[in-house]
Amino acid sequence: MDAALARAEQVAREDLVMFVNACFSCTGQREFYNDARGQAVSIEFLHSYILGNYRRLYARTLAAGINHFNQAQIILNLLATGKQTRAEDKQEEGALLAAALRALPPQRAFRVLEVLRERRINNRRARAIAQEYLEGRPDLGFDAIKYRSKLRATVAHGHLKLGGELNPFLFHGWRKRVYATPLLEKFRQAHYDESAIFELPFTVAEGLAVKHGIPRDVFLTRIEPRLTAAERLRLQGSAARADGVTLTMDLGRAPLTKLALYVLSLKSEVRRERRNELHAALEQAAARTLRRASVPLGRVAAVLDNSYSASGSSEKRRRPLAVALAAHYLLSASAREYRAFWTNPVEEPLLMGARGQTDLATPLLDALDWMPHLVVVVSDGYDNDPPNAVAEVTRVFRTKLDPARRTSIVHANPVFASELYAPRGIGFHVPTVGVRDAEDLPTVLGFARFAEGAAPLSELEDYLAARVRRLLERGPRSQTSAEPLEASGEVTGEATTAGEEE
Amino acid sequence: MAHTETKRILPTGLRLAPSQVWGSIRLVPVLRDEVRGDLRFARRTYDDDLTLVSLKGGLMEPGLKYISYVPHGLVMGWDDRSRSAGAIFGTQLHKPEGKALKVGPFTVRVLHRMAHREDKNRLRLLPLHLAMEGFLALHFGGPEVAWTEYSQEAVSRGLDPRSEWSVPGWSSTAFDEALRIFEIHEQQVGVLIFHADLLLSAFIVSHPEDYRALHRALLEDFYGDLLLQYGFLGDVPPLSLSIEDRRVSSLGDLRAAVARMREDWGAFQGFMAGGVFGVEVSASTVYEAGPFHLQRFVTSLSPSEENHLGEVIVRGDGTLEYLKTYRLSAAQTRRAYLLKQLSQADWNLERAAVNLKTTRNDLMLRLSNAGFGYLLKESVLQAALRQHQGRR
Repeated sequence: MDAALARAEQVAREDLVMFVNACFSCTGQREFYNDARGQAVSIEFLHSYILGNYRRLYARTLAAGINHFNQAQIILNLLATGKQTRAEDKQEEGALLAAALRALPPQRAFRVLEVLRERRINNRRARAIAQEYLEGRPDLGFDAIKYRSKLRATVAHGHLKLGGELNPFLFHGWRKRVYATPLLEKFRQAHYDESAIFELPFTVAEGLAVKHGIPRDVFLTRIEPRLTAAERLRLQGSAARADGVTLTMDLGRAPLTKLALYVLSLKSEVRRERRNELHAALEQAAARTLRRASVPLGRVAAVLDNSYSASGSSEKRRRPLAVALAAHYLLSASAREYRAFWTNPVEEPLLMGARGQTDLATPLLDALDWMPHLVVVVSDGYDNDPPNAVAEVTRVFRTKLDPARRTSIVHANPVFASELYAPRGIGFHVPTVGVRDAEDLPTVLGFARFAEGAAPLSELEDYLAARVRRLLERGPRSQTSAEPLEASGEVTGEATTAGEEE
Repeated sequence: MAHTETKRILPTGLRLAPSQVWGSIRLVPVLRDEVRGDLRFARRTYDDDLTLVSLKGGLMEPGLKYISYVPHGLVMGWDDRSRSAGAIFGTQLHKPEGKALKVGPFTVRVLHRMAHREDKNRLRLLPLHLAMEGFLALHFGGPEVAWTEYSQEAVSRGLDPRSEWSVPGWSSTAFDEALRIFEIHEQQVGVLIFHADLLLSAFIVSHPEDYRALHRALLEDFYGDLLLQYGFLGDVPPLSLSIEDRRVSSLGDLRAAVARMREDWGAFQGFMAGGVFGVEVSASTVYEAGPFHLQRFVTSLSPSEENHLGEVIVRGDGTLEYLKTYRLSAAQTRRAYLLKQLSQADWNLERAAVNLKTTRNDLMLRLSNAGFGYLLKESVLQAALRQHQGRR
């Protein structure tokens, strides 16, 4: 009986580790090796499997720092199956749902509310959570303009009553009346008058500018003060290319991985020219990330994959490469001693591109020669020169050369392999953890000991419970946007590294 | 046909790297450590539905023609004073080649020769079509003595027109995907394409940059039936080697073990490509360009072995500079083999049957099954068929 119980516990732990790992990396988009359809089928299966078997832990995964795509999926799935919640879990689950929804970036949260209607989820709890979310928004008037169709869907679906002029605004729009609320009135005017456009949020103004036939360069110049940081970063390249407009941008404020993506999107000449500026910005972003989630590390070697497959897919262009670059800056900022080993060596990480075959074994051997405390491998898990070499190297190293574990090796994988239902690993002797942004690294390094299989299920449950407490204790926040950083930033305290555990 | 010699194609100056596998396709990178840079290739695309290559005579005059779908040609630039050909390479403007005709909704391009010299140090060639044309022209003339069994058509016109069909690379989605995700090495100059672990084709050029540019063009080339025939087979095994822990006691040992692993891969894949490398082929020179001799070749055509045809350029010191091959299907090999046997027996059916250790009737049936029924007189073939059925 004991053996059966132990086996059941092991299965449960493996299932959960697999699920949390998937939730860190999979976004249902196409990857270099797998198409979007396979990804979607794979992640959907995992969600329904975990939801059916481990409902409480499924809900608690919301607090594990997983990516927004999977948070949204969990919220929807839980709301759709509210009846199955056990009585003793009801309160915690409700609180978790509300907290997670609140922490999502607004466009994602509103999308969740919109999908409630698409999937015809309309129970009392779903309505209450929608209502609570809307009440918690700092400026619903702004949301009514920026996310108008989504908000309208939510209000109609849940029969909600909003205060002031919002209900007539959502359902009658600009045609019916003059509004007393300034922002709504500006939106109405902008349909008739060009000058009012520039008081609106960028995404709304963009469509109206086309309607009025305003030239793109004039529009970009005048709307500039209204751009958010993310919009600024996204538009920089295309604005300069197509319209000759330079957007002033404080690179120092962008989140680390986004910044790395931006840097890698630049041509190599431009990168060379602006090298100092970009380097400083990346260092600053790394330092800022660490202020929220500091992990003091000892002697750290990073094995980073910049082979051709790091170029990602049309939907996730250069993401694996950007994660590697961001991890380089993050680790070099947090480690006492740091060295990077790239698969295709580069004289300057900023200038590299995704090129060539994947020979992970050689840089890993170089890294091990240097005798670090911790080796972090950032790679998609495919090695082909020669195939399977890195798995063999780690196996022999673990079992023969370093059984005492003076050096720990952790593999962080930004790519979800749909056929495995998990990020692809580099052998059985190295824990593999999924990661979407380099900012998640502190979190996933903490999670690595579960992926390794050494820690028992109870510990994993405690870990998740502690994170749930932390998330719920934070209480309702009243900020407009939750930057992707913050999700991982909260977990600072217990994000210990594999290196420190020994 | 030009002077034919027997030689062996050896991968001199080249090195094989571990393969990359996708589904049933295995791609083996071919690396070159010493790049001279005096022979360069570029791709020239033709967007026509059909291409007509005039092999003899003027462009629009009657004469021997080769008709096929030709998506692209290779332009070869070289320097015989061993300066770098890279400086002049790819910088020349050129006017549209040949002559474009409109036939209904289709366009037909008429080109001059398989290998056409365009400038002092520049040659345009139609890859594989060159070899395929040589293959088609094999014993093209038909019987030289008017034996009584042969039809009037065979005696007066030989095998004209003779046709073969092949499979374009894009008809296999697995191949498309395998090329897309393939990670090109820095020194890579070529690739061996295996399908279900059978060598389908080899493509090698002289310069890594040219290979990088031509990599996706492999999809437009044509391949033997194998590409379709084995398309439904499952994945090929990843064939992972392992390291013996007993021999490893330090990181240095581990590094050596990985190096050995890599070498084992190269040796093993060289062994798998034994159908092209190291076997005797009969080659004929098509063009001499400075120190470079463009030859087309075909292997023994023995039905029990794998047979390839293709083109090759070998430098004076034996370095393999250019190679492109096509694997003949079993049916194609049979056809070529029969023609060769007939030709060796001076097209005498009796003698050929004796050489093949069979009867005259069986030989005629084999000819008919291979698609050469039109060579024989209708009445003779019918008689052979009747006798065959009677015997059963």
